[in-house]
Amino acid sequence: MFDNLSDKLNSVFKKLKGHGKLTEKNIEEGLREVRMALLEADVHYAVVKKFINDIKQRALGQEVMASLTPGQQIIKIVNDELTKLMGSRHEDLSLSGPLPISIMLVGLQGSGKTTTAGKLSIFLKKTGRKPYLVPVDVYRPAAIDQLRKLGDQLSVPVFPSNPEMDPVRICREARIAAQKEGCDTLLLDTAGRLHIDEALMAELCRIRDEMQPSDILLVADAMTGQDAVNIAKSFDSALDIGGVILTKMDGDARGGAAISIKTITDKPIKFIGVGEKLNDLESFHPDRMSSRILGMGDVLTMIEKAQSMVDEKKAAELEKKLKKSQFTLEDFRDQLIQIRKMGSLSDLIGMIPGMNKIKQMKNLQVDERELVRVEAIINSMTPYERRQHNIINGSRRKRIAKGSGTNVQDVNRLLKNYTQMLKMLRKINKGGIRGMSRGMLPF
Amino acid sequence: MAFGWFRKENPEKEKGCPVRSGKEGDGTDPEKTTGFFQRLQDRLSRTRKTFTNGLDSIFTGKREINNDLLEELEEHLITSDIGVQTSMELMRRISKKASKISGIEQLKEALKEEILSILDASSSPVEEHGTKPHVIMVLGVNGVGKTTTIGKLAARSVLEGKKVLIAAADTFRAAAIDQLRIWADRAGAEIVTHGERTDPAAVAYDGIEAAIARGTDIVLVDTAGRLHTKVNLMEELKKIKRAISKKLPDAPHEILLVLDATTGQNALSQAKLFHEAIGVTGIALTKLDGTAKGGIVISICSHMKIPLRYIGIGEKIEDLQDFDPTQFVNALF
Repeated sequence: MFDNLSDKLNSVFKKLKGHGKLTEKNIEEGLREVRMALLEADVHYAVVKKFINDIKQRALGQEVMASLTPGQQIIKIVNDELTKLMGSRHEDLSLSGPLPISIMLVGLQGSGKTTTAGKLSIFLKKTGRKPYLVPVDVYRPAAIDQLRKLGDQLSVPVFPSNPEMDPVRICREARIAAQKEGCDTLLLDTAGRLHIDEALMAELCRIRDEMQPSDILLVADAMTGQDAVNIAKSFDSALDIGGVILTKMDGDARGGAAISIKTITDKPIKFIGVGEKLNDLESFHPDRMSSRILGMGDVLTMIEKAQSMVDEKKAAELEKKLKKSQFTLEDFRDQLIQIRKMGSLSDLIGMIPGMNKIKQMKNLQVDERELVRVEAIINSMTPYERRQHNIINGSRRKRIAKGSGTNVQDVNRLLKNYTQMLKMLRKINKGGIRGMSRGMLPF
Repeated sequence: MAFGWFRKENPEKEKGCPVRSGKEGDGTDPEKTTGFFQRLQDRLSRTRKTFTNGLDSIFTGKREINNDLLEELEEHLITSDIGVQTSMELMRRISKKASKISGIEQLKEALKEEILSILDASSSPVEEHGTKPHVIMVLGVNGVGKTTTIGKLAARSVLEGKKVLIAAADTFRAAAIDQLRIWADRAGAEIVTHGERTDPAAVAYDGIEAAIARGTDIVLVDTAGRLHTKVNLMEELKKIKRAISKKLPDAPHEILLVLDATTGQNALSQAKLFHEAIGVTGIALTKLDGTAKGGIVISICSHMKIPLRYIGIGEKIEDLQDFDPTQFVNALF
């Protein structure tokens, strides 16, 4: 597996330092790595071939931007093209038509249709709609029970299908039942089927003709390999799908299937499933997907992670304190806990593009235990000490070191760093520089 | 069009067909012609269609072995999900022999041989433990077909006259237990269940206990689908395994990883992480009745030396077959 395409490219281009232009030869070499990365990410062979050709045309003769190395320049072009390929923006569900409207979920066995139906019903509820779940899978044992249980958990009504009923009849009757229940959006959870099973594909067409769904979504597994093109093509040509939901994106699959599917069908990816819990459904952002496929850092994700983890209220309090230069050791500890909530430090560093280029950073084994140690030291102080660090004298230091399982030097270092930070804060506040960024650690 | 690839040399395809069927006849083991092999070939026909049509068009379209031909061959290996690294490795080995290969048929045979040698190297016979019950723990990511595979395994063993018990340790997914109960009824196996959201390790433990008490031959432990990257869920698997060994020290005798043939390169990561966490002893490859080729198992075999035990080729209870490398490769080409 390629852990990092940018690393590879950088090594290819290292010897080209000083070149101001992308030449055919250095592009070739760079693109070979790009090609491998895309293939390893399960993008279909033919799609890769065409893509690489396009890039070559675009890159040839381009000036290398002053701030970039040739490797970065290629990555930039590749990233731009990939993003363009996957659609420039997020597309929503299409929900137009006479009420009640229906949304149809189709896909192979085990792609996650039933779970996705549950997740979509929550999404629709949040937007003020009244979803109605319709189990249309009469083939798989207990599939109807599964959706019924999900409906119970979510308090969304579920049509009482039974396995003896014809799927088209289920849909027809469900529409009437939904109207009676006062629901406006039917979610049709169809049975998983192979795209080459003609009888079952014909059944889907009959359901579509009967219900005239406002959106037909292909539910596809993000781990799908080269076969993704066949699957997407078959479903799209049979049903003219409206979009795609990629599931199981919380694993370590690169998700190259997304590119294959988008290229073949030209239909947008609307959502991604990112977990087993029923609110783990996210809108799809093409730009982030391309860096995932290429194996590059994802700054956006990191920023969002930070935003959602940092407690808004605490951040506001902190801001106040910072302005008054009343940042105590207790606040310091809170900050540490916030950072650790965001994940491991090495993860966070990995998410910052370019970080891996800095030599020192690369060999730097981020010592997660350092944070734990600092936290332990602060925990071993009395509340009074935490607020008034000035009173921490030699014997207190000894006690704190013993209590936290560290030594006096560690305690000294922490206190020194802390006082330096306080000094800096005072300077900033005096200078009138306002608005330290919210919630960020003032290192 | 992106897919035009397979159809690129359409005119030659017709010419290719007789050559292929002749080859199949040669590769058939006379004793097994009608039974399993026929069925496997039937079921794999779609897989074969895309795979071999492409191959035959390569093999018949050009007579000379040159770099173009080898490159096309490599492309076909990659589109079968065999993976870049393994494809290149196969091509490298073939190129080494290239001087000895004169005809296209020989090239095809050489490729077959190379793939077979990879599959053979990792194969090992199913060890028949004298112990009773024989415990098989089944695991895999979500939606690969664990429950269905267990249903089919149970049916096979019951048909062989064995007493089978299924422990429904997927307590997480809604209605997973109901699904398994239906399969158990169909197969004629016993089933041990607790409620949903209970401790799966406890279900497994009770299952073994019941099996020992009732003199059952085979215990199948179903587990909830989980992504291999979820550390806490992998810990749960370890706990289930510990609970089984606590009741029966040398159990589980087999840890079967179920993989979906549609999955691409990620299957390798799945195999790696599940193996690291819990020690996989065999693989079942499901959904081979579609157009996916499941070539990634060749990579898995070459990297990890875990034997392929079963393949799933349909939804019916009898659609689970023992994996036989020779027949598998013969059916592919």
